[in-house]
Amino acid sequence: MESYALLIAATLNAGTVLAIAALGLLINEKAGVVNLGAEGLMLCAAIAGFAAVVHTGNDWLGFAAGMGAGAVLAAIFGVLVIWLNTNQYATGLALSLFGVGFSAFVGIGYVKEILPDRPHFAVPYLADIPLLGAAFFKQHPLVYGAMLLVLSLIWFLFRSRTGLVLRAVGESPASAHALGYPVRRIRLAAVMTGGALCGLAGAYISVIYTPLWVEGMVAGKGWIALALTTFATWRPARVLLGAYLFGGVTMLQFHLQGMGVQVPSQLLSALPYIATIVVLALISRNPTWIRVNMPASLGKPFYPGS
Amino acid sequence: MTDLSKRSIVKMVALTAVAAAALVGCGKKEEAPKAEAPAVAKPEPLKIAFAYVGPVGDGGWTFAHDNGRKEIEKAFGDKVVTTFVEKVPESADAERVIRDMAAQGNKLIFGTTFGYMEPMLKVAADNKGVKFEHATGYKTAENLRTYDSRTYEGAYMAGVIAGKMTKTNTLGVVASIPIPEVVRNINSFTMGAQSVNPKIKTKVVWVNEWFNPPKETEAATSLINGGADVLMQNTDSSAVLQTAEKMGKRAFGWDSDMTAYGPKAHLGSAVINWGPYYVKAVGEALEGKWSTGSSWWGVKEGAIEMVNVAADVPEDTKKKIDEIKAGLKAGTFSIWKGPIVDQAGKEMLAKDAVADDKFLGGVMFYVKGVEGKIPGK
Repeated sequence: MESYALLIAATLNAGTVLAIAALGLLINEKAGVVNLGAEGLMLCAAIAGFAAVVHTGNDWLGFAAGMGAGAVLAAIFGVLVIWLNTNQYATGLALSLFGVGFSAFVGIGYVKEILPDRPHFAVPYLADIPLLGAAFFKQHPLVYGAMLLVLSLIWFLFRSRTGLVLRAVGESPASAHALGYPVRRIRLAAVMTGGALCGLAGAYISVIYTPLWVEGMVAGKGWIALALTTFATWRPARVLLGAYLFGGVTMLQFHLQGMGVQVPSQLLSALPYIATIVVLALISRNPTWIRVNMPASLGKPFYPGS
Repeated sequence: MTDLSKRSIVKMVALTAVAAAALVGCGKKEEAPKAEAPAVAKPEPLKIAFAYVGPVGDGGWTFAHDNGRKEIEKAFGDKVVTTFVEKVPESADAERVIRDMAAQGNKLIFGTTFGYMEPMLKVAADNKGVKFEHATGYKTAENLRTYDSRTYEGAYMAGVIAGKMTKTNTLGVVASIPIPEVVRNINSFTMGAQSVNPKIKTKVVWVNEWFNPPKETEAATSLINGGADVLMQNTDSSAVLQTAEKMGKRAFGWDSDMTAYGPKAHLGSAVINWGPYYVKAVGEALEGKWSTGSSWWGVKEGAIEMVNVAADVPEDTKKKIDEIKAGLKAGTFSIWKGPIVDQAGKEMLAKDAVADDKFLGGVMFYVKGVEGKIPGK
């Protein structure tokens, strides 16, 4: 039983990285912008966060540095695609490739650095409950933060006025523009917020999840996060569940191997993408589903006054 | 609009160019000879080039090779000039890079990963005047020879320590890719542990990559959750050791000394020392005694070592490690000596038979005590 509790704990931890990044990308996409640069952005944030912890010894400054790096890169991306109207997909891909190389270049000196002892967290009292404590209440605060983030995002998107405007910008930028909303600035704000959250996920990887720096260490998690937003049909709660599902599949695969059960891990690592294609095929067959779920102007440039 | 987009294109091109220059600049480093060679009759230094699969800063496999290269420079001074290209992918790029090395006048070229085998064969056939050395491969030519190290000797010594230090009698291995080398290391680790503790079980998790720290971390976490309290890895990063450190368990360094990555968890590092072989190869090339063949060096030749054994490992275990080293050096001790049985109890090596290199090169079964199945078998 103990090992199942620990499996749940590991799943929550693995899912948190995906959830935070995917929720950031969800904000982008709700405003009509697809950022394929997530992987590169997370890598740059990972090295920024790692470097900050090496120099200051404070994890929270590391997270802040990661968010800052993510926001800055996202701002560059935003200016290119929102004001200069470069193709979102091509620019995002370029950002991703750039981020992979640039983070490796900046990080050369940090490969041999070692972080101070990683802190252990436990929720007072609850952590002492047998099994449940080990499964749920000995996590890093950000694991609970991701859950709160989902709740606040649901409220923001579907209950607040600003969220309504954000969705309007993603559905029909021309109407939002006609109503007098600054479409471009709202999109930039959304892109930067999304970038900051991707950055937070990147910094979580290098500071807490795998506390070291090596180039390319995000290892495809940015792409899984991108697939997740589609898999979840752009719903925050489903993003969180999907993140735990994909995180759980990874951990379960190792768990089964450890018990002597052989599973084809190559196939399992392709699973998130297969699931995404299936969901895409399903929702594309049904026009109403698409209208309800997918932001109507996703990926399309907006030219004010045209 | 057109004006704007023109400007943006110019900007993008400029940015890309700067980024590309930066990347190229960091991808290729050359160490220039220290002084200009005087014009008077002094023999031209031997030009030697290395192709590395990873970055020199990986702290493991490539780092160990680069230490070997530095030993060449120390041993031969201005008689040699060494250069390296790092992060050469195991693809068509490898052939281009290695061909380029030959074209630049290098007379001895080292390729340090299995995947360079075919590219090196091709380039060697076109450059008869150049000598090629390929690590971990099995194809040779008149000017291409292979070399490798007996990493399983390090794994066995790690096993002896692990067998003594485990409290749960359960060991864990984070394994990379199911090839004989890795399976042999898992078995040797288990056999080492069983030599001091017959109750040992070994759990194995395959990550199917040489280098993916998050995956290595996840695999190590699940092994520990499943009851393993001493871990070894046949992957290239220090992530497994760091995970053990974080979770209060024990683990080993692999390829390079990794003490600093997990000072509390570290039980010892099974390191590869390429220096002795590199110095010998360069010496032969300088004296014109170089000839083709294949070498497989271990503890005996100083290529494998167990270093920085933790202070809390009992004295008698440390003594046993020293005895194993002495036995391997003197040739009186063999790790792969029968009887060796597989998981099902089938005898793979008869009593008192000693495995030859051919047998070792084809090990694709788990010995008794290892749990699970080899993927694809």
